[in-house]
Amino acid sequence: MLNIGKIEEGFVLDHIQAGKGMQIYNHLGLNKLDSTVAIIKNAKSKVMGKKDILKVECDIDTLNLDILAFIDHNITVNVIKAGEIIEKRALVLPKEITNVIRCHNPRCISSIEQGLPQVFYLADEKNEVYRCKYCDEKYTEGDASKN
Amino acid sequence: MNNMRHMMNPLDFSVSELEDLFDVANDIENNMEAYAHKCDGKLLATCFYEPSTRTRLSFETAMLRLGGKCLGFADASNSSAAKGESVADTIRVISCFADICAMRHPKEGAPMVAAANSSIPVINAGDGGHQHPTQTLTDLLTIRSLHGKLGDFTIGLCGDLKFGRTVHSLINALTRYEGINFIFVSPKELRVPDYITEMLNAKGIAYEEVIKLEEVMPKLDFLYMTRVQKERFFNEEDYIRLRNFYILDEAKMTLAKEKMHILHPLPRVNEIAVEIDKDPRAAYFKQVQYGLYVRMALILTLLNMTDAHMNEGLLK
Repeated sequence: MLNIGKIEEGFVLDHIQAGKGMQIYNHLGLNKLDSTVAIIKNAKSKVMGKKDILKVECDIDTLNLDILAFIDHNITVNVIKAGEIIEKRALVLPKEITNVIRCHNPRCISSIEQGLPQVFYLADEKNEVYRCKYCDEKYTEGDASKN
Repeated sequence: MNNMRHMMNPLDFSVSELEDLFDVANDIENNMEAYAHKCDGKLLATCFYEPSTRTRLSFETAMLRLGGKCLGFADASNSSAAKGESVADTIRVISCFADICAMRHPKEGAPMVAAANSSIPVINAGDGGHQHPTQTLTDLLTIRSLHGKLGDFTIGLCGDLKFGRTVHSLINALTRYEGINFIFVSPKELRVPDYITEMLNAKGIAYEEVIKLEEVMPKLDFLYMTRVQKERFFNEEDYIRLRNFYILDEAKMTLAKEKMHILHPLPRVNEIAVEIDKDPRAAYFKQVQYGLYVRMALILTLLNMTDAHMNEGLLK
């Protein structure tokens, strides 16, 4: 079994649904960091069967993690200092998400206007409903694939 | 321009701001002459990417009645859009020419994109099946003017309640007022969408859903008619069985209150028999007139010209 060592300072994103690790890596812009980043795919999990894990050696507050709750609210965020977990961060659904999902309403202006960002707003927090900022079309997973 | 506002959605304005707008509109109704030069030297651009004769004429009449002038296009084929220009670029150019713009576009959200890139106020004159705020403002002003206030009445919305954007928008706007009972009259295929009834339930607002108009006619203070199109039905049998339920004729009107008002966003096809036009309760052509007043008031409001007016018009 492959072993990845503990990190000293930074954060760990655990319980990522298997297969979504790279998507989160891209959305958080981790490719732009100079820090050490470990992507663990298909790790064994008692609860999930298999899962992805990201370990990042950088200050958590330099990154905007809002998008995590939208992608998968079961992800746990552990903040690490001196090799120990000092905080578990709760995920909050972002009020607005930009260029993460696309509106698939063919009548929406975002289907033709050049350079227009794809913006969705949180319309119903309880039911986790996002709607397109331009046409108010409800986002339904499966209608449009997350980038 | 400081504090520049646009009109994208009727809910962009608070209830109190709408009251101010409607006060101006009612003052225009009573003192049309006093407004004849309010917009002297101002230009309205009507950018209509799809044809809509009545709405465009209403906007143009509104500006002309205020003393301003109009320019624009009535069809996308006559605009730079035909060459592939973006909405953002078009409005940046229009902003260099005009003082205010009314935009109709078949793509939903296009006027919002225009507003985000504009240096002049933009009015959404209809964007696909999404919003048509000046129709809703027209409906609200008509109801307020005929009833004396927005609240404490029963309104029946009849016909195609599933696809009719004017109905959805009106219901949304009316939920901000107290004491309104909604009665939805439609075939089950065309009932009001779940998100509307869920919204009413969440706000604790009472509503009824029925199939036959006759059942509820005596309760209504307002009857808002819409067209039931044959192609909306799943089969012709249902259409033939139900179509007469949604045609308003003299027989049904005998069941109505003496002071009930009939509204319709127009155009009417056959859902209101022409014999009803002479009934004093028919308010749908009056509604068109209120549409003009509310667009005049909106132009003045968005151009920040109501203060000047208030000294001479409302308060004189």
